[in-house]
Amino acid sequence: MRLELVKRPQRSMLFSMLSPFIAFALTIIAGAIMFAFLGVNPATALFTYFISPITEVWQIHELAIKAAPLILIAVGLSICYRANIWNIGAEGQFVFGAIIGSIVPVLYPELQGPFVLPMMLLMGMVGGALYAGIPAFLKARFGTNEILTSLMLVYVAQLFLDWMVRGPWRDPKGFNFPQTVQFNSSAVLPELMPMSGRANLGFVFALIAAVLVWFMMSRMLKGFEVRVLGSSPRAGRFAGFSLNRMVFFAFMLSGALAGLAGISEVSGAIGQLQPSISPGYGFTAIIVAFLGRLNPLGIVAAGLVLGLTYLGGEAAQSVLGISDKVARVFQGMLLFFVLGCDTLIHYRIRLVGLGASKPQVAAKLEEAR
Amino acid sequence: MDITVNILMTIATAATPLLIAAIGELVVERSGVLNLGVEGMMVMGTIGGFGAAYLTGNPWIGLFAGIALGALFSLLFAVMTLSLATNQVATGLSLTILGLGLSGMMGTNFVGLPGERLPNLYIPVLTDIPVIGRLLFGQDPIFYLSIVLVIAVAWFLFRTRTGLTLRSIGDSHTSAHALGIQVIRYRYLAVIFGGACAGLAGAHLSLVYTPQWVENMTAGRGWIALALVVFASWRPLRVLAGAYIFGAVWIGQLHAQAFGIPVPSQFLSSLPYLATIVVLVLISRNKRLTMMNTPASLGQPFVPDR
Repeated sequence: MRLELVKRPQRSMLFSMLSPFIAFALTIIAGAIMFAFLGVNPATALFTYFISPITEVWQIHELAIKAAPLILIAVGLSICYRANIWNIGAEGQFVFGAIIGSIVPVLYPELQGPFVLPMMLLMGMVGGALYAGIPAFLKARFGTNEILTSLMLVYVAQLFLDWMVRGPWRDPKGFNFPQTVQFNSSAVLPELMPMSGRANLGFVFALIAAVLVWFMMSRMLKGFEVRVLGSSPRAGRFAGFSLNRMVFFAFMLSGALAGLAGISEVSGAIGQLQPSISPGYGFTAIIVAFLGRLNPLGIVAAGLVLGLTYLGGEAAQSVLGISDKVARVFQGMLLFFVLGCDTLIHYRIRLVGLGASKPQVAAKLEEAR
Repeated sequence: MDITVNILMTIATAATPLLIAAIGELVVERSGVLNLGVEGMMVMGTIGGFGAAYLTGNPWIGLFAGIALGALFSLLFAVMTLSLATNQVATGLSLTILGLGLSGMMGTNFVGLPGERLPNLYIPVLTDIPVIGRLLFGQDPIFYLSIVLVIAVAWFLFRTRTGLTLRSIGDSHTSAHALGIQVIRYRYLAVIFGGACAGLAGAHLSLVYTPQWVENMTAGRGWIALALVVFASWRPLRVLAGAYIFGAVWIGQLHAQAFGIPVPSQFLSSLPYLATIVVLVLISRNKRLTMMNTPASLGQPFVPDR
């Protein structure tokens, strides 16, 4: 028995809508099996993982905190992936944006005023964009594979951050802990509803970015250019679009959004720089982008789902005593199932028994006559 | 003299996992499939190798467990990209994410435990020859395996009919299919071979290089292996050279840290990654070399029309 793919005459609208949901259902089933293997009651485990983290208002705030960077980064990545440009170094751009954005509050901790925060956010975006500009430049100038260069720069950025917080930027009054000074109040991202939880302005940035990018991709010439160059670079060239310029545009825009996510995370949820500022947001955002069908509005929903996997991982660790790595497993499975289900959009899947192939050949020959 | 021998031996130990993972991926890419999940398969090899060796007390069983786990994991990628024709880049990435997660979960109870180490080769008279004795006859068994593997792959790809078929599939899967070659079947075998190699490379890390288990202990080596394949312009012997250059960089920065030269350790640690970028730039500037050797249908999904 084997699988056979039969091309559909048109892409299936039905499966285009359904595939993320099928993928999520399959992930739940696979997750239940995994929990059973780990010796936990699957029903309790799934409840702990997916439901219990969002039953109270302050928990919804936590979800917004986790989802905000995922959405911001994924919205940027969706532009790259639509243009068939593979930026997988968003984690590095996130970290570098956070470092550049923190220059003001770390070096001038006494600086106060309403201009501090916008300046930090702007510098964070510039930092992320410049860092993303490196693989873009190498690809445009030398044709260097952007997948590998952007990924290598993740390690470099993480080591750079590690050096900064242990070396030049370490808080002199911090009892030798590897961290910078706490940001002062005017360098901290305001909370949305301080009465009920910690969620901050970062989530609003994410929503604004999603709407703006959606508008660009579906209503502006630039979005059309991205899609044309992505699906057929040759046709794009004839239309007068430049692939090299697109490489810079997609990389630097997604880098700026990742940098904004980085500085928002540092000035919002954390409040200072530490050796580690991200639980892999830059990589998880890749999953968010695909789960959201590379559509900014779909990405908002997908970001909330993936944000939930982080909260679920924490809950699984504290309640069930399972490693919080279970979050990564869920994320990986989800991406697998999404990609698999996407096949259904373009193809019908047939199971063919090996014995059946001969009559089929005969039937085809008959047809040919 | 002894120090030089020791350094050369550690370079070989650092280069071996890169070499094995890269030579496996080279075969995969020669068949036209881009598997970006090397890091994930490799990290599964580390946990398979360490876990099985720890539980049975026998590092050889660990070695086979690492290979098996890597191959099994690559099968997942093969089903997705070959049978379901999914995007290879994205599927490879998800393999890496899943591998890092699964290995972290499986390894929670192994952290900090003493591991089993594969013993180095010892042949009574030969190994005792000064200087070259230990270099030639006193390394770990996987080192010898890696050299054999490179020669075997080079011979297979360029001196056998099956190797020629494999390369033709990588260059044009439609033509190969039209000639009646079972494109998907060849690719399945190539991907599984690549997975087994990545698993072996991972097992080397947790059974020889540092016989213990730490989360994410591959530290980007899977990605460097991918870069090595590009650097070697898909040629097995150049992979050998590249792996040893990177092994030297890796060991060099460790020794520099140990000698306490006045450069922050983080800068030295980032050298292998920066070197990867530099090398990729240098090689991609040479358009003729890369264009000539890149398998033409690399990364493109293939659905046979019947």
